[in-house]
Amino acid sequence: MSWEIVIGLEVHAQLSTNSKIFCGASTEFGAEPNTQADAVSLALPGVLPVLNKGAVERAIKFGLATGSHIAPRSVFARKNYFYPDLPKGYQISQFELPVVGQGALTIQVAPLSGNAKPYEKTVRITRAHLEEDAGKSLHGDFHGMTGIDLNRAGTPLLEIVSEPDMCSAAEAVAYAKALHTLVRWIGICDGNMQEGSFRCDVNVSVRKPGEPLGTRREIKNLNSFKFMQQAIDYEVQWQVDTIENGGKVQQATILFNPDTGETRAMRSKEDAHDYRYFPDPDLLPLEISPEWIEQMRATLPELPQTKQARYVNELGLSAYDASILTASREMADFFETVLAAVPKDAKICANWIMGELNAQLNRDGLDMTQCPISAQQLGSMLARIVDGTISNSGAKEVFRTMWADGGEVDAIIEAKGLKQVSDAGAIEKIVDEIMAANADKVTEYRSGKDKLFGFFVGQAMKASKGQANPAQLNEILKAKLAG
Amino acid sequence: MIPYQPSLNIVFAMSLSTQDVEKVARLARLAMSPSEIETSRNQLNGIFGLIAEMQAVDTDGVEPMSHSQDLAQRLREDKVTESNQREAFQAVAPQVEQGLFLVPKVIE
Repeated sequence: MSWEIVIGLEVHAQLSTNSKIFCGASTEFGAEPNTQADAVSLALPGVLPVLNKGAVERAIKFGLATGSHIAPRSVFARKNYFYPDLPKGYQISQFELPVVGQGALTIQVAPLSGNAKPYEKTVRITRAHLEEDAGKSLHGDFHGMTGIDLNRAGTPLLEIVSEPDMCSAAEAVAYAKALHTLVRWIGICDGNMQEGSFRCDVNVSVRKPGEPLGTRREIKNLNSFKFMQQAIDYEVQWQVDTIENGGKVQQATILFNPDTGETRAMRSKEDAHDYRYFPDPDLLPLEISPEWIEQMRATLPELPQTKQARYVNELGLSAYDASILTASREMADFFETVLAAVPKDAKICANWIMGELNAQLNRDGLDMTQCPISAQQLGSMLARIVDGTISNSGAKEVFRTMWADGGEVDAIIEAKGLKQVSDAGAIEKIVDEIMAANADKVTEYRSGKDKLFGFFVGQAMKASKGQANPAQLNEILKAKLAG
Repeated sequence: MIPYQPSLNIVFAMSLSTQDVEKVARLARLAMSPSEIETSRNQLNGIFGLIAEMQAVDTDGVEPMSHSQDLAQRLREDKVTESNQREAFQAVAPQVEQGLFLVPKVIE
């Protein structure tokens, strides 16, 4: 009998504010150690936290984008634990009354193996709460001591907690990617995973179908989707092997080692989870009025899920195409600008962006924002395919030229002589000439040798130097050969 | 309002053990001698007694407050207002190196 996998995610998204969540120190990444650690970040005696409006605005936007309940009143709490990169001895977080309540995110899952088809799934969001980040401990060569950098201490985070709704590594990765797209889309987090702006903790357990939930282990701090998939695959196999060999899974916090591809338990402290939360007396309850929520709603762009639905229903694209074209706001903007040039031909736009353009970006190791061809250029080129000026193969040459040297579409078509001959008179003249030159073949064709049609097409194309409009040529040739 | 009637029974109902105090001290990384533990236990039990007295009040139908003041949080604009004062802060730190505060190694 097979095993069922149960996965829930906790994602820490660093909010893209200029200043920290409870003080006016800068959040800029990469500064010299402790140059952005002010008196509040250092927890000097007598300082008090003052909440950053920008952090709350971002939390509201996230709540709106996931259809979540936004608490009219939420409360900050102290999460107590001892660690030197947490100078207060507690982290200010939210516990019983988080700013964002239940919501959901609909995702497109592309199975990682086999020929299974992509499908849609809705993952429930349990809550999202505001909290501050801790500093960094550096265990370098400091004469047996630990170095502490508190620049990151107090950086605003939104911790987004999902229900255990995912049942494969593919679903967990699809959810994490959808969340990653969303937070960048609505401009609340830069999503930079190398810099730790988007970190995932994954809770994994296994069970036999129909049985109660198994004991979970939590894989901490995954900062790449590839590692997430590897870590889940390894962890699931480890749990199944452990149980099948008669062992028991113990609840634990574990780390994934990308070098070995293995997970291992952190040394657990017996009191690790005794955080003794209580409401922070330094902070009053956070109140969010309906007016403020509506103000924030007005600043939201069209969301990726809404765009996807529109692309499918109004433009006739497949759900898969729609999900690729909304993978980022840059991608969707690009697509829509291209589409503006050929509004009735969404499929051609999608094919060129996901095909030729994407392949070339991959080959050159570029992302959408670095694309050497602008959406306007691509749009003008597609317009020239649609109006019959150039053929598909001619367009590929225009595309290559623009990619390498830039330039304006019509000028390139002119310079390279790529214009199709769409003038019926000119094509008729060519057809007449090749028929006259191959009178014997014409007789054979007319006596039933249909296969010769290809020969005439080839001859005519050659005579036109490949520039005859193929559809028009076929039509004229057919009529003339019929006699 | 319901009249408040202190109850001596409840005041003495809660009592912390030596083990409870030792655990709290360990979580806060405080080293305490047995006599300090005993002193703290008595003081903490006094506080719990006060809490028990408050818990005796009938609060049915009263919405819990998370703060003693019935006010909402004031917010600040998202602006950087602090400049680098590392030198001043680190001048009073016991040990620094390469801009980092040095602390005894914490073994997990």
